[in-house]
Amino acid sequence: MDAKVMGRPRAGMSAKEVIARRVAQEIKPGMLVNLGIGLPSMVANYLPHDSGVYFQAENGVIGLGARPPEGMEDPHLTDAGGGFVTALPGAASIDSAMSFGLIRGGHLDMTVLGGLQVDERGYLANWMVPGKMVPGMGGAMDLVAGAKRVVVAMVHSAKGEAKIVPECSLPLTAMRRISLIVTELAVIEPTHEGLLLRERGPDVSIDQILAQTSARLIVDGDVPEMRIG
Amino acid sequence: MRKAIRPEEAAELVPDGAVVLIGGFMGVGTPERMIDALVARGVKNLTVVANDAALPGRGIGKLVSAGAISRAIMSHIGLNPEIQQKMIAGEVEIELVPQGTLVERIRAAGVGLGAVVTATGIGTPVEEGKQVLEIDGKRYLVEKPIHGDFALIAAQQADYAGNLMYSLTAHNFNPIMALAGRTVIVEPEMIVPIGVIPPDAVKTPGVLVDHLLARAA
Repeated sequence: MDAKVMGRPRAGMSAKEVIARRVAQEIKPGMLVNLGIGLPSMVANYLPHDSGVYFQAENGVIGLGARPPEGMEDPHLTDAGGGFVTALPGAASIDSAMSFGLIRGGHLDMTVLGGLQVDERGYLANWMVPGKMVPGMGGAMDLVAGAKRVVVAMVHSAKGEAKIVPECSLPLTAMRRISLIVTELAVIEPTHEGLLLRERGPDVSIDQILAQTSARLIVDGDVPEMRIG
Repeated sequence: MRKAIRPEEAAELVPDGAVVLIGGFMGVGTPERMIDALVARGVKNLTVVANDAALPGRGIGKLVSAGAISRAIMSHIGLNPEIQQKMIAGEVEIELVPQGTLVERIRAAGVGLGAVVTATGIGTPVEEGKQVLEIDGKRYLVEKPIHGDFALIAAQQADYAGNLMYSLTAHNFNPIMALAGRTVIVEPEMIVPIGVIPPDAVKTPGVLVDHLLARAA
């Protein structure tokens, strides 16, 4: 294979789209799901309209819908990033104690979050870079500690620097093994034995994944390619 | 029946140095007229407990710009560059608290519980300096209650008895904070006669409310 082509997303598909499409496959009908801001919020675009999935925004709505038409925004109805949203049939509005009760109490089926680093233990760091970026953890620590499944959606490496590392050098978000890492290059499942390489990205080789990963990956037999798009 | 007070009168009740719980999430469900009146009065040295620092020019962001805050207990300050600059300059002391822990610490104060015991924050910088309990083999942090001298609440409707109803994502911290302020000041969008809000729709019973702000002129 031509090295220059290797690892490029499908024609016309950005790295983020590959990730969002693959994460969308993890979401099953009837689930209650919380999407983080940024890349994770793109996942909703790749679910069928009749998926029966309820999205929670931690600021207090279950049954979050798309942005309303211009001029129809309700200043009392936003997502956790402050953007205007709608509420779908069956929606419920709740206060912050109920919202985080659902999160910590194991009622949230899945959260999809961005990541700065994930390590061989499956621990996530995604909320601060000491001395550089201290925005606050918001709801991230509760989400990672409490959701039934935690899916990390992130680009595989940052400016050539590995983000999937032997041990996080950044402060952890929680001491909990997350459920799945989805990048444009790979799907990786943290397990008791370590990080198991489950799938390759479109037209991506195992060698290329290993080259951009500083953590040890378990490669067991044939690693199938993601089926997206 | 309550007597509604003007925002300027309400701002006079809040002394410099007070611990103030302020409702809102990124400015949604924040008592804006109350904040404007506090800024106009030139209040100083507040400890503000709130989900976030909002944005410059909006909600709590206006208190930040006015230099009214010396200490903040919040879960997120990332969208307000001004408070980050003030933190780096040492003008505002910041305690970052996970959002779910923050709301429960306020609730604990409001409902008479001695602490919140939560797994959130274990193994992170949030754990530093805190008591850890092991219960049935799982580790939890002991998080202390947060009382407010004042709770500044935004509601969609209040009736003459002070019963409150909220709208959509403007609930957020408001109903919880209404339990935890020694003095509770509410800024409703509408004040309606008793009976208009059905008992089943009341989220904050009027017995918790000390003052209602009069409607905007």
